[in-house]
Amino acid sequence: MIELRGVSKRFGSDYALHPIDLVMNGGRTTALIGPSGCGKSTVLRLIVGLLEPTSGTIVVEKQTVTPADLIGIRRKLGYVIQDGGLFPHLTSRQNILLMPKHLRTAESDSQRRLNELCELTNFPADGLDRYPVELSGGQRQRVSLMRALILDPDVLLLDEPLGALDPLVRSGLQTELKEIFQRLKKTVVFVTHDMAEAGYLADTIVLLQSGKIVQHGCLEDLRERPANSFVTEFMSAQRSLVQL
Amino acid sequence: MKLTRCIFGSLWLCVLIVPASAQSLRIGSKAFTESYVLGEIAKRTLADAGFASEHKQGMGKTGIVWAALHSGQITCYPEYTGTISEELLKSHGEITTGEMQRELEPFGIGMTGELGFNDTYALVMPKELADRLRISKISDLKKHPGLRVALTHEFLERKDGWKPLASRYGLNMDHVAGVEHTLGYDALLAGKADVKDAYSTDAMLAGGSFSVLQDDLGYFPTYKAVFLYRLDAPIKAIVALRTLEGEIDETRMIRMNSEAEKTKDFTEAASLFFNPAFRKSAGGGAHAPQGFDWTLFLHKLAGWTLRHLELVGISLVLAILVGVPLGIVASRPGSLSHVILGVTGMIQTIPSLALLALLVSVPLLGIQVQTAIVALFLYSLLPIVRNTATGLQEIPSSLRESAAALGLERSAQLRKVYMPMASRTILAGIKTSAIINVGTATLAALIGQGGLGEPIVSGLAINDNRTILQGAIPAAILALLVQFGFGLLDMLLIPKGLRLPAHTE
Repeated sequence: MIELRGVSKRFGSDYALHPIDLVMNGGRTTALIGPSGCGKSTVLRLIVGLLEPTSGTIVVEKQTVTPADLIGIRRKLGYVIQDGGLFPHLTSRQNILLMPKHLRTAESDSQRRLNELCELTNFPADGLDRYPVELSGGQRQRVSLMRALILDPDVLLLDEPLGALDPLVRSGLQTELKEIFQRLKKTVVFVTHDMAEAGYLADTIVLLQSGKIVQHGCLEDLRERPANSFVTEFMSAQRSLVQL
Repeated sequence: MKLTRCIFGSLWLCVLIVPASAQSLRIGSKAFTESYVLGEIAKRTLADAGFASEHKQGMGKTGIVWAALHSGQITCYPEYTGTISEELLKSHGEITTGEMQRELEPFGIGMTGELGFNDTYALVMPKELADRLRISKISDLKKHPGLRVALTHEFLERKDGWKPLASRYGLNMDHVAGVEHTLGYDALLAGKADVKDAYSTDAMLAGGSFSVLQDDLGYFPTYKAVFLYRLDAPIKAIVALRTLEGEIDETRMIRMNSEAEKTKDFTEAASLFFNPAFRKSAGGGAHAPQGFDWTLFLHKLAGWTLRHLELVGISLVLAILVGVPLGIVASRPGSLSHVILGVTGMIQTIPSLALLALLVSVPLLGIQVQTAIVALFLYSLLPIVRNTATGLQEIPSSLRESAAALGLERSAQLRKVYMPMASRTILAGIKTSAIINVGTATLAALIGQGGLGEPIVSGLAINDNRTILQGAIPAAILALLVQFGFGLLDMLLIPKGLRLPAHTE
């Protein structure tokens, strides 16, 4: 479970995020959605400690996020970004096993875990010894996901994980991700700007606008009981795309 | 492995070099033919007296050799009375030999009696030009202010050099330039300059192509050759040196100088002095030119190259050890970054020769191998520091954040992610430093520290292009090899993933 209590982020005099309270339940999938610059990525970056909140407290799995505890908390979080964030000088295998090696995990354990993840993400074994430049965008995201999951974290955070992929690959991966989320039973938070993706993958949707939460609920709530005209507008703009 | 052995080897060498005064005798000389020859004569004389000695040829200008004598790095070297009174003792007006000896004593330095010849400064012109303009005396120059004067840098700067000479004679020449001594003769012969300074025993004057202008106002002091030696030298050695007093007159010296320039062999030229026939009459026929001795050359080349690699290797390793961490600090935003890049950049703007001269005057350094290494080290810093900083700054922020978000500690982020990713840029910086370093290390010979600059410096001193090329060509080849070697190192050290072409979908 992740809990944000009165968390805000200000750059100079501009609020990227106004003080918000938000609870993301354990074992559930939450989508953060909204137009560009609404603060959805900021929320994720605050949780993983890449940004320090201007005010408020963040609690991840009963542990308060503080600069001193950051390293430990990050190891309980998996974090995937848009273009994968894979290190170009390491092969897929080296990217995935970077942390287990660093933490001196037994080789047999991490190898077993790696096999499970290859099966989970449907990644071909011969791709493990390729370098990121030798992989397609979809394969890179699978490697990135495996890297995020290798330490078996409690929480998985994804920042527009499918944002850089072409529509066909994207749709295929959405199906796979849904299956993966269901099998993992972890607390998953992902950022997207695609309402169809949010509705398809998430149990709960948080819609943000200009650093504020506009509505928090399931797809049904947003569609049938929009909090204001912005929600209606956002839903209809997105729905027309789905119907195409 | 090899590198560490190289470092230890040279550290050991440094230890050997420093305490020089006690046992073995070291003879110094300045960087011109006559000084080389006199040094060789002293070496042979000391050997005959039973002393093993070493001749450190062509250590540099007066100040450098004097400092080496004073600090005990050498035991003796040939000097001239005029230089001693004007430059070393800074006395006003002429003083006697006895007074010089008394004033040198507090420095722990002794002086032999005069060796015989007077090698004073003189102004010379191409004979043909002098005859045409009817110039025979220095005061005649007043009527020809348009003549181009090419002077050695030392003569330009000396207290008894050009400026007081010009004011004494009331000369107001339009063109006065500084040119290295033997290159100056070339300029005169090529018609690119008209007047230059010379020594009255210059071998070049033997040929008859130059006129020596008469010092009609008696401006130049006498420059009688003597040996300066340390008073703590063995008595027997001092006695041996003093046997040379009054033994070398002008004719003999000019004869040995021209022999040295002809054969390019100072030992050979000096051995004339010990030849009974030569001592009777200085005339005699010239030696037949000798064939090129390849075995000797390759032996010497190996020595120069090893020394060169030692200078480059040590200074480069030090520059990497210091430069990379400085570059890491400089890659982070903040004022410290500006300070580091500013200071290393400023060092780079100092001409390498000036940097070397500057360091020689630092008390703990002086004329020794460490000085050359420090200069090369300082010179190598900037490319390494700058490239390390740039390489790290170029890493996309998405990858920095990924490294942080994984839960890697800061040091592990640097070690496992940032440094390998910046490796290509850092290696390029090290390569630049290494190549610059190979070229700059030739300057070490100017302070008598050998390397491939040694034949270049002595080639300049004896006006011989072949000798210069013996150092210049190997140095150029070495730079190319270093470039090639780093190409191989790239393959080894830059991770494969960074060398692959991007995937096309």
